[in-house]
Amino acid sequence: MKPVLFTQIEGNSGAYWSLLGWLSAFAAAGFGAMWYMEHNGHWVTGMNNQVVWGTPHVFAVFLIVAASGALNVASISSVFGRTMYKPLARLSTLLALALLAGGLMVLLLDLGRPDRLIVAMTKYNFKSIFAWNIFLYTGFFVVVGIYMWMMMERRMNRYTKMAGIAAFIWRLALTTGTGSIFGFLVARQAYDAAIMAPMFIIMSFSFGLAFFLLVLMVSCNGTSRPLGDATLAKLKNLLGVFVAAVLYFVTVQHLTNLYAAEHHAVEAFILRDGGIYTAVFWIGQIAIGGLAPLALLYHPSTGKDRSMIALAAGMVIVGGLAQIYVIIIGGQAFPLSIFPGYEVSSSFFDGVVASYSPSLPEIVLGLSGIATTLLIVAVALRALPFLPASLADADVDPHYVAPPEPEVIEEDASEGDEAGEVA
Amino acid sequence: MSTSKTFDVARRRLLSGAAAVAGMAIAPGVTLIAPADARQAGEAASDKVRWGLLIDANKCDAGCDDCVVACRTENGWQGHERPTTDPQWIRKVNLKDNKTGATLSLPVMCQHCENPPCVDVCPTGASMRRADGIVLVDRHTCIGCRYCMMACPYKARSFVHEDTSGQKPHMPRGKGTVESCTLCAHRIDVGGTPACVEACGQKAGKEAMMFGDLNDPDSAISKELGKRATTRLRADLGLEPGVHYRGL
Amino acid sequence: MIHVKSLLGVLFAAVLVLAIAAPAAMADSTVPLPSLAKAFKGTQCVEPADVMRRQHMTFLDHQRDETMRQGIRGNKYSLQQCIDCHATADPKIMDGSVRTLQPFCGECHAYAAVNIDCFACHNPTTPLQTSGNAPLDKMIAAHMDSKKRDSQ
Repeated sequence: MKPVLFTQIEGNSGAYWSLLGWLSAFAAAGFGAMWYMEHNGHWVTGMNNQVVWGTPHVFAVFLIVAASGALNVASISSVFGRTMYKPLARLSTLLALALLAGGLMVLLLDLGRPDRLIVAMTKYNFKSIFAWNIFLYTGFFVVVGIYMWMMMERRMNRYTKMAGIAAFIWRLALTTGTGSIFGFLVARQAYDAAIMAPMFIIMSFSFGLAFFLLVLMVSCNGTSRPLGDATLAKLKNLLGVFVAAVLYFVTVQHLTNLYAAEHHAVEAFILRDGGIYTAVFWIGQIAIGGLAPLALLYHPSTGKDRSMIALAAGMVIVGGLAQIYVIIIGGQAFPLSIFPGYEVSSSFFDGVVASYSPSLPEIVLGLSGIATTLLIVAVALRALPFLPASLADADVDPHYVAPPEPEVIEEDASEGDEAGEVA
Repeated sequence: MSTSKTFDVARRRLLSGAAAVAGMAIAPGVTLIAPADARQAGEAASDKVRWGLLIDANKCDAGCDDCVVACRTENGWQGHERPTTDPQWIRKVNLKDNKTGATLSLPVMCQHCENPPCVDVCPTGASMRRADGIVLVDRHTCIGCRYCMMACPYKARSFVHEDTSGQKPHMPRGKGTVESCTLCAHRIDVGGTPACVEACGQKAGKEAMMFGDLNDPDSAISKELGKRATTRLRADLGLEPGVHYRGL
Repeated sequence: MIHVKSLLGVLFAAVLVLAIAAPAAMADSTVPLPSLAKAFKGTQCVEPADVMRRQHMTFLDHQRDETMRQGIRGNKYSLQQCIDCHATADPKIMDGSVRTLQPFCGECHAYAAVNIDCFACHNPTTPLQTSGNAPLDKMIAAHMDSKKRDSQ
């Protein structure tokens, strides 16, 4: 395989600067939303004593899960030695860091006492998965940062594989930790399942790759870099596999729950009676996030169409947000089962499905996380050579066979000797 | 700099005597229900004691919420006409059996578990269990992440969604932190009983709530618990709550 | 092209200017020094003033963990006792209807621009006359008596 040339993007066009402007505005709006929520207190949001984690957490968990998945492409190249993924590895590590930064920003800005971040970083209760996550998240920055450095500094290239393995293991621990946030909760019918941790891992594969695919297509398109069909085909097929795997895990989770009479009520809620949550589950998570992308990615006619691939990736992202919405908010809306066998009523909303509707500050805060991620990527692409100069098949595909050169038909045979030029 | 551990022993006894007398003088119901010793000043809570409650739902009226009112008055958690975000440290829950239609009413508050899931999940350790069994939120360390609220099987905790003012001096509370029933630790520590128990006891014919030391086999509550079986909420979770219910 | 040396030169000049100007500026400072209100009751604090000035937060931090985590009451550095002694009535604050810590804690903290986090949760106001009826107040009163006996 030819050595890959990495270059910075020019970043001089009006389009680029206006992109930066919009992203900065959205990111800043997030801080404005946080100020509004913190200054007035959380009563101005849709979150309440029944649904304590809302839209910001949906976005934050999505971004954090996608972050570890975005590293997959780099891991495939470094850990599993697939050469065609090597040109993509730098962008993959960048995206992983940017996604995690965006997700953490949203999470921290929603705290009731964000001024106590220092307390959170110095006092630890190590029985709490949250405390472990603080180390896993900050450590991710360090480990992936070193991995990125090994890749980008020629003298350190011989350590890339080692750093890649370390990063791979770290991100598995990180995603397991994120899934365990919910898996470790005995209190709620929708959680307390060991499957949540591996399910989050497979979700990270899917969401992270979808995000990576979109960023890759947009940045190559926007900077006129050739993106070959071979690379794209590999990525889209991989995305299809991950989407199918997520559907498998979701099926197993719900089938298992349906088997236990104890969980029938919550399953009926999610799958049939939950109103908005049922709609988001079937339409958002399963149809838009699972079945439709699978069809688009694997159908022979749409599978080769770039805009269809991009659409599929976008749908996976929407479906991912829907899935996390059902998990986090649907899981909280379903009432706690404190008195099994009784109909319950109280002044504190016992026994009833909790009401929650996303409020504007929450949505703005969530979107600002995505904006921050994209802003980091956009700035970094200009600052350092993350993007390969070309991903054309001829340059990156080791099995590339040049198409046969077309035969040249000489027009005037009588003048052939003098001209002496053959195309 | 040394902090004050060098109390004169005689003075300590004088202080504890004064406090115990004060406790008995202020709360006449104390000696009737469960004589709890005031801890001496400077003495830490110890695990020799485990505070608990016994609630007899059979004696509890569906329409009565004296315990809730008493707690609200004692601890100053007033509402803001926003029921979904207003705090509720204790609430009356009305039950109706799905099959038989039989009804029951009882108060639910923090169950002060022995293995509290809220303590397990708190990242900073703000959610804590005191040695004598009271589960508390150390609001100095609480960052307001609300994970403990997710983890509690009894929905015992509330988040303070707005600015607070007019706090009771013995019960500081502020925006952005999580709070729940403290078993009136400030009263217990000087030999009193929780406000809810006191309010319930003051009404004739009620006395649906009893408070005392579960570790002491001679305490009134232990004797009462020994007479007839009681249950605890979500006992299957293995959390070992300190609140027992009868009539469930 | 920006040379490192010229950058350093600019930096050095800036520092020099600040170093000369700052004391001059401070001498002409128009920020009034804090004037602390005299305590409402008691003749002397639990520690000498200069010790308290520097270390009150250390005492309070240690004390609050003892009270909160271990349930130790009636300690020397009780925040409630601070409030009880140091809160004073000020006609500009709530028409002098309650005693507050603003004329005491607020003065130095405003001058030093250090935010006080405590009073988001701990009520910094107290009735004009201490009620002295609640059990905790009684314990504090007993403690105050013991302090008086200590100092005599």
